[in-house]
Amino acid sequence: MSEAVLDSGAAEAPGTKGLVEDWARDKQVFGVPWGKAMMWIFLLSDTFIFSCFIVGYMSVRIASTDPWPVPSEVFALTMFGHSIPLVLIAIMTFILITSSGTMALAVNMGYRKDRKKTFWLMVATAVLGASFVSMQAFEWSKLISEGVRPWANPFGAAQFGSSFFMITGFHGLHVSAGVIYLLVIAFRVKNGFYEKRGGKYEIVEIAGLYWHFVDLVWVFIFAFFYLW
Amino acid sequence: MAAEGQQHPLKIYYMVWILLFVVSFFSYMVDILQFHGMTRWTLIIVFMLVKAGFIIAIFMHMKWERLAFKIAILGPPVAILVLISLMSLEGGYVENSRIQNYGESTFEAETPGHH
Repeated sequence: MSEAVLDSGAAEAPGTKGLVEDWARDKQVFGVPWGKAMMWIFLLSDTFIFSCFIVGYMSVRIASTDPWPVPSEVFALTMFGHSIPLVLIAIMTFILITSSGTMALAVNMGYRKDRKKTFWLMVATAVLGASFVSMQAFEWSKLISEGVRPWANPFGAAQFGSSFFMITGFHGLHVSAGVIYLLVIAFRVKNGFYEKRGGKYEIVEIAGLYWHFVDLVWVFIFAFFYLW
Repeated sequence: MAAEGQQHPLKIYYMVWILLFVVSFFSYMVDILQFHGMTRWTLIIVFMLVKAGFIIAIFMHMKWERLAFKIAILGPPVAILVLISLMSLEGGYVENSRIQNYGESTFEAETPGHH
């Protein structure tokens, strides 16, 4: 067995040969920086948690004999005298996609070691995320004022409220945690914290993975809860 | 061993960024144009998967990762499809039982926006 096969830095052989070689190594499997691998594994676990909530919502919605509230009516806002369906949700989606873009640029700038641009792009991402959470909070207050509760609501099946608050609440919590995480890393980048540790900026990519995951979950929530 | 980092040209990120906005617009149109039934659900799922695919492959860099890593992360969530199938079958059964034992729903829904 040649030593090169067991070297985790080896270039990947094509197809299943590379797959087998990666798993056959004795010290380290993929040769991916540990921080990145661990963030992906965390995101994998988070995928299962959100899936449990969304499948649970699917279950109660299918099993409910009462009609389900119509999202485009429940989430409509009256603007300029017209009732526009899902307008706030469209704006929130726009904001999260924009923030994913600024994050992707920040990661790129991080690897180019442009600390100033990385900082500002990460701050922009965090600000967009914070505005998303504020809009979600507004959405919550509007629904609560209209009588939506976890146990009942005037618009349809009683399970609507608990599904909505649980799923969007968990997502909003993730966005809020992400905003804090991004700001901590952004300020560390700005203050040269990572220069002292060898000038490696994988951490920006790792934070970016978390942020893209938050956007990804929203893509599913938007499709299954607001559109379906 | 250092990661190669994201040495890809910025152009691909801008293109995917724009595509995400475009597909989101289409998703929103599914509701505005009032598609219903199978067409609606198929379009919703297709657009959702396209967006998810772009975010995972390009923004999260999965396209350029090693095959073993791709499978380790993207493989397990396939089990969720099994959960979805089982739970939707069960849900349908529960709904039927409820209708048979308690009758159809007599819920009178209010129209949102009015009190």
